[in-house]
Amino acid sequence: MAALAHDGHHGHDHHEESFVSKYIFSQDHKMIGKQFLMTAVFMGIVAMMLSIFFRIQLAWPGESSDFLNAFLGDRWAPDGILSQDMYLGLVTIHGTIMVFFVLTGGLSGTFSNLLIPLQIGARDMASGFLNMISYWLFFMSSIIMLVSLFIETGPAMAGWTIYPPLSALPQAVSGSGLGMTLWLVSMAIFIASSLIGSLNYIVTVLNLRTKGMKMTRMPLTIWAFLVTAILGVLSFPVLLSAALLLLMDRSLGTSFYLSDIVVGGEMLDNVGGSPILYQHLFWFLGHPEVYIVLLPALGLSSEIISTNSRKPIFGYRAMIGSILAIGFLSFIVWGHHMFVTGMNPFLGSVFVFTTLLIAIPSAVKVFNYLTTLWKGSIVYTPAMLFAIGLVSTFITGGVTGIILADSALDIAVHDTYFVVAHFHIVMGMSAIFGMFAGIYHWFPKMFGKMMNSRLGYVHFWITIVGAYGVFFPMHFVGLAGAPRRYYDYSVYEGFNSNSYEMMLDLNVIISVFAILSALGQAVFLFNFFYSIFRGQVAPQNPWRSSTLEWTTPVKHVHGNWPGALPTVHRWPYDYSKPGMEEDFVSQITPLMEGEEEH
Amino acid sequence: MGSKLIILLVIILGVIAIAQLVRVNELTAKHSGRREEDIPHRDNIFNANMMLAFMIFFYASFIWLMLKYGYTGMGPAASTHGVETDWLLNLNFIIIIAVFFLTNTLLFGFAWKYVKRPGVKAFYYPHNNKLEMIWTVIPAAVLAVIIILGLRTWNDITGEADPEAENVELFSYQFGWTARYAGMNNVLGEFDYKLTTADNQYALKTRENIELSLQKMLVGGPGEEGIQMIEDKLNDESVIMAQADRKKLQIELSRKERMVRLLEQMALTYNDSIDDLVNDDVILGDSLVLLVGQKYNFAMRSKDVIHSAYFPHFRAQMNTVPGMTTYFKLQPIYTTSEMKDIMEDEKFEYVLMCNKICGGSHYKMKMAVTVLGPEEYLNWQKTKTTYDGSAWLNFDDKERAAKEAELLEKYQAIAATVAQ
Repeated sequence: MAALAHDGHHGHDHHEESFVSKYIFSQDHKMIGKQFLMTAVFMGIVAMMLSIFFRIQLAWPGESSDFLNAFLGDRWAPDGILSQDMYLGLVTIHGTIMVFFVLTGGLSGTFSNLLIPLQIGARDMASGFLNMISYWLFFMSSIIMLVSLFIETGPAMAGWTIYPPLSALPQAVSGSGLGMTLWLVSMAIFIASSLIGSLNYIVTVLNLRTKGMKMTRMPLTIWAFLVTAILGVLSFPVLLSAALLLLMDRSLGTSFYLSDIVVGGEMLDNVGGSPILYQHLFWFLGHPEVYIVLLPALGLSSEIISTNSRKPIFGYRAMIGSILAIGFLSFIVWGHHMFVTGMNPFLGSVFVFTTLLIAIPSAVKVFNYLTTLWKGSIVYTPAMLFAIGLVSTFITGGVTGIILADSALDIAVHDTYFVVAHFHIVMGMSAIFGMFAGIYHWFPKMFGKMMNSRLGYVHFWITIVGAYGVFFPMHFVGLAGAPRRYYDYSVYEGFNSNSYEMMLDLNVIISVFAILSALGQAVFLFNFFYSIFRGQVAPQNPWRSSTLEWTTPVKHVHGNWPGALPTVHRWPYDYSKPGMEEDFVSQITPLMEGEEEH
Repeated sequence: MGSKLIILLVIILGVIAIAQLVRVNELTAKHSGRREEDIPHRDNIFNANMMLAFMIFFYASFIWLMLKYGYTGMGPAASTHGVETDWLLNLNFIIIIAVFFLTNTLLFGFAWKYVKRPGVKAFYYPHNNKLEMIWTVIPAAVLAVIIILGLRTWNDITGEADPEAENVELFSYQFGWTARYAGMNNVLGEFDYKLTTADNQYALKTRENIELSLQKMLVGGPGEEGIQMIEDKLNDESVIMAQADRKKLQIELSRKERMVRLLEQMALTYNDSIDDLVNDDVILGDSLVLLVGQKYNFAMRSKDVIHSAYFPHFRAQMNTVPGMTTYFKLQPIYTTSEMKDIMEDEKFEYVLMCNKICGGSHYKMKMAVTVLGPEEYLNWQKTKTTYDGSAWLNFDDKERAAKEAELLEKYQAIAATVAQ
């Protein structure tokens, strides 16, 4: 419907738009995508800074740092030493922002918005208005989350998973007061934003595909965004309910999660609740969330690897199948986060089985990527570098998942740095690499300018060396028995010198790499903003790609295509097809006589 | 102040340096007519070579880490099930490290080898069902083995505890641990969180403790007002109180009245004979002492928030959850002094620590754990008293020597089951 309506009065005319309707309350999906991106970049910088603060504490525990004092002040870093409460606040907000605001809102919000209409041949999202609302709710929730960093009792301090009773009792930790309330309010708004966005994506993909764009002719990016949106719609409401119940326990005296508690000398009335219930609800979102973060990155990299290898993605249907399989399985594996919580061990066995099944579609994806590269003609754009980096981190982080999914082995490494290493590599690095790859690749589409590729190379090589340098040694720290969320490791001091000295050594190495890779991001930021204003003007199809978005004009028009919508005749991966003149064939090129589709 | 200035200077200089680099790059691009989207051959080759160089550097660092830090700093597993899980962990590591090297080598190898070269066209290869079947079936088969072995071990670990196992309770609170041994009858006394008072920290259930709690609710105690005092205060017309304070006091009163009803019920239905279950329990606040070879069944509970009992050297971990009891069973196989030799560390001690975020001092919440041989354990036991103040080994003087000899023999037999 929206497409038809747009046909009427857009298309060729460029009626004047005010600054506000163009840049602020825009209903154009391309602008909204850019808004998500800008917000996510900012939130990413904040979350990265927070991690640098606590990495300083971990590497040089108890040493005074002007740097910390300058940022955190005397309240949270008296004499330049990070306070132990704020340490927990930092890790909590770092995790929350990275997972939800950067890798969910930022990644999915930016690229689903930008690419769905462009790659399926639609004028805009199904509802531009809801799309705008979705962004502004996201913006609001970001602000609230940031505000919570500045209040007197500090931000939420119960870890990003905010397990009650810790998160329910202000007596237990100061961050569980106003900080936690703000966290919950911010997340509730965030979830609303995410739901509105996801519904929009699903409806758009299902209804607004242009003529000839069969489901089996959609780029893998769109498949990934579609499944991601479905995961979001099905799982985020469960987190919302978990958050609401927690809010009630906190403010209305209910006992969903609380029972038999004596805290700070006060005996609470609550009887009969179960903290385990919260964990079930949380991880029912929490695990699909991992794939909400990961799938868009995998989708983007599929597209980028295919384009820059000048080869069709290997096993297109198997790739779709594995996205669907991962999506489905992600709903029945949440209990692997709870092997040692006191959950029935039999239930644990079931989750071991379902979790390890996910390794199969993941392996299929990896081997298909490898075969796509095989005998390719690889062009190293910065996007391609990051996409290859993603495959590497997906492998490296993925294999340790096999150990963590095995309940018997998880007992010893649960909640240690081994887990931190695992999910930062497989989820954090992979998704961030996917996001960087996407930014470099679609920057010309977003801003009509080119980013500097050589700065891109510098950025990539610093980032992959830096990030592996941060997260790879964490495996060893974890196997030495270092629990996560520890302010320092003095727990081993004096009577377990092997472990203790190793943790001290490695933590210094990790923090140095963390600081280096954080500084390396300055190269990206510079390149990004510089190119927006001063970059070389982009040609229409810089990467010689066959997908639809590159058939739109460089200068954005409302409604995407100035004339009629394009008709699609083939799948998006006709690269280096024998018998063709060029090494790519656009999706809008009709099949030649006697040509098989693929 | 000085360091802040330096940081600022570095950032400014860095930005200027990048700007200059970009400028140079732009000028040369303009000069040679290069466009950003046309990646020069030289750049492609550079990145391809970097891929190979990175792979070598990555592998070298991995191997260096392995050699320098071993793959575990915790030493060998010190419990029966830990030996099994370590074996399984090794097997899994062999599999995943092989996969890691294989796939990463293919990835970086292809990335290096198949870089764009003039005149070479990419090979159009959209799919091959046979290949895809191979890399679906092989991982599935490997995973089947992993799952079967894993679940077998998991079932052993989480199965019913041996009836012979000694029951010990681990009580967790912000920020510490207490151990409660079940005593000679090997049955832990009951508890109820409503009985928590300053004199009954662990909320143990005895007639005396119930009366104590009732008393405290009705009459009050140091620092706390009882129902009577609150009522007096509310009824006293000479006391002037703000509306909000009055409201607060009324809530406090109704809460206490409810608590009293519950406690009175408890007192009515309480069977005095189970006092004995508590009375012979032995409570240790400072350390956990275990007998080598003894099977232990730990019952865990928490006073306030979720904690996690993590014994890195025993490869054991279980959360403690307010409102429910969780269990973990284990059997230590090395005494502390044996472990000192194995670890070649004179100061080595076992440790129990908290591994679930529980508040500011989470990282300090630990308890020393000592595993003793039969003689030392018996000697240690002799020095400990139970909840009601009698000796743990409460024997008649006449038969003491015989009973102790009998116990020692039993302990020796237990220790022998795990002797190397």
